[in-house]
Amino acid sequence: MNEPSATRPLVSFDGVSKRYGSVVAVHTMNLEIYEGEFLALMGPSGCGKTTSLRMLAGLEEPSEGEIRLEGRRINEISSIERDTPMVWQSLALFPFLNVQKNVEFGLKMRAIPAEERQQRARKWLERMEILELADRDISQLSGGQRQRVALARSLVTEPRILLLDEPLSALDANLVVRMQGVLARLQKELGITFVYVTHSQSEAFAMSDRVVIMSQGRIEQIGSPKAIYRSPASRFVADFVGANNILTGSVSDSTERLEIRTAVGEFSCARNTDVSFNRGDTLDMVISADLVQISMENPNVQNSLRCRFISEEFVGSIVTIFAELDDGSDFKVQTRQRDLANMALEEGTVFFASWNDADAHLIDGGST
Amino acid sequence: MSARSEKSLLLRGYVVLVFLFVFTPILTSFVFSVNSDRFPTIPLGHFTTHWYETIFADPDVWDAFRISAIVSISVAVLATFIGFCTAYTDYRYNFTGKALYLSLALLPPTIPLVIMGLAMLALLARINMSGEIYSIVVSHVVLCSPFAMAVIRMRLAQIDPDLESAAWNLGASNWRAMREVIVPFCGPAIASAFCLTAAVSFDEFAVAWFVSGLNKTVPVIILEILQGNTDPQINAIGSIVFITSMTLVILAQLILMRKTIDQTATGI
Repeated sequence: MNEPSATRPLVSFDGVSKRYGSVVAVHTMNLEIYEGEFLALMGPSGCGKTTSLRMLAGLEEPSEGEIRLEGRRINEISSIERDTPMVWQSLALFPFLNVQKNVEFGLKMRAIPAEERQQRARKWLERMEILELADRDISQLSGGQRQRVALARSLVTEPRILLLDEPLSALDANLVVRMQGVLARLQKELGITFVYVTHSQSEAFAMSDRVVIMSQGRIEQIGSPKAIYRSPASRFVADFVGANNILTGSVSDSTERLEIRTAVGEFSCARNTDVSFNRGDTLDMVISADLVQISMENPNVQNSLRCRFISEEFVGSIVTIFAELDDGSDFKVQTRQRDLANMALEEGTVFFASWNDADAHLIDGGST
Repeated sequence: MSARSEKSLLLRGYVVLVFLFVFTPILTSFVFSVNSDRFPTIPLGHFTTHWYETIFADPDVWDAFRISAIVSISVAVLATFIGFCTAYTDYRYNFTGKALYLSLALLPPTIPLVIMGLAMLALLARINMSGEIYSIVVSHVVLCSPFAMAVIRMRLAQIDPDLESAAWNLGASNWRAMREVIVPFCGPAIASAFCLTAAVSFDEFAVAWFVSGLNKTVPVIILEILQGNTDPQINAIGSIVFITSMTLVILAQLILMRKTIDQTATGI
């Protein structure tokens, strides 16, 4: 796997902001993107991820700060002169050109002679396994085939970095999984940097080395998919990623273990985070829904909660149970379908949720 | 018979009536243009091409067709170019006063033609530009550009806004992206606008009559013939004008329709 820290950054965002009038789309962003890594920019719509990508592509100019590509400031360099090809959400294939001519476009703009252009385009069509479609019109292609044309068109100039703006959002679920495989393999084989913008956790986590979570123009967390999934750095990340339960409380005892008092009871927690807590500190306790056990009788362990069943969502082998706590707040549990077989859950049924004290993740400065 | 099919029969009858209302005069004119009688009376005489022969024996008519051809083709080229530029400006840029810009650009066809012709004559005469072929061209360009703009603007409204950015992203300069992406994308609309403006210019009488001086276009010469005599020559030349402009308009429509079908096939 790629070791980001071993190489110098290919791209740096240095205090980059982007404002449209009084609206701040990106707020003093600092980010380093390394040679050969697969980086996902992820967040809800309007979080600034696409704007960041467009600034990198030269389609928007930063209002403040500096973007560097290979150490060189590129703020004022137009999109035309950067070799930062992009795969668009709409794919933006040229409908009046056939597949071959679409792929040749970037080479034609660089005044590469026709014969070489043709050869290089065919090489990439072959690599994307669509050589036999070279003479087709774009309108004759399926969604997956269009995707491959778009990739070939962007890669034909052999750039060091490829930008992808939610390229899979128009595909159906099965195809998305297949294209994820194609993209991840392609990136490894080529060894170039992929910057991938998405709002989809499964896409980001399935392919990337590192994920950047953004919200309201700011970076909330940068880390490996696993780190982000298991140790969200903020309440926003905990809410946005995975299926997490968040209980806000304060530390009532920090002598041996952390004892945390919340509106729905008192819980204990292993000291498993980098942050140290003192008595009286407020914090958010994050319990991932898939780390919760359920039972009909009170298990009489330290970390257990009384829940009232509301509904369940059945997706194949995994079931998500939605329940209500004593104070009216929501609680989610994910479990296997077969573990529920002998529990008669219907609306209003009371059951107990429990978790190991090492499985709760703590976030400093809990909100109220 | 059910009430529903009665209603549909009524509707059909209504449609036929409307078409009859629209096309009977033209059809009548065509029928009498190949009828041997000097006056349009029933019963009809026998079939003849005599009136067409008479019309084309007149060198003035040939001249008028030549002038009309020069004018309508020049107008089509210029008006389509200006129309494209206006439509692209509207598509690409946002600026204060854009609404004013657009309404000014679309204004000319709403001015009564007689007023327009008079105004054109007054202006062109003052700057010594009236009575030439180019005077007609200039006036018709003013009249036709809005049509070209409307047609091309409709096409630009369908473009994927990322298409032009994608061209830049792949290394195309502004001009190059315009040439390689915007113009080909608008191709059918441009061709259609060309036919449409040619047809409008070819048919236009009032403005041409004011500014043409001795360079008579076909509609102007028709009036002249009509004032001189009332034989079916007028029906013959009328039919030719009708067929010419209908061909252009239908061509414009067909090009646009083919584009729409392509669009549906491409639709994601």
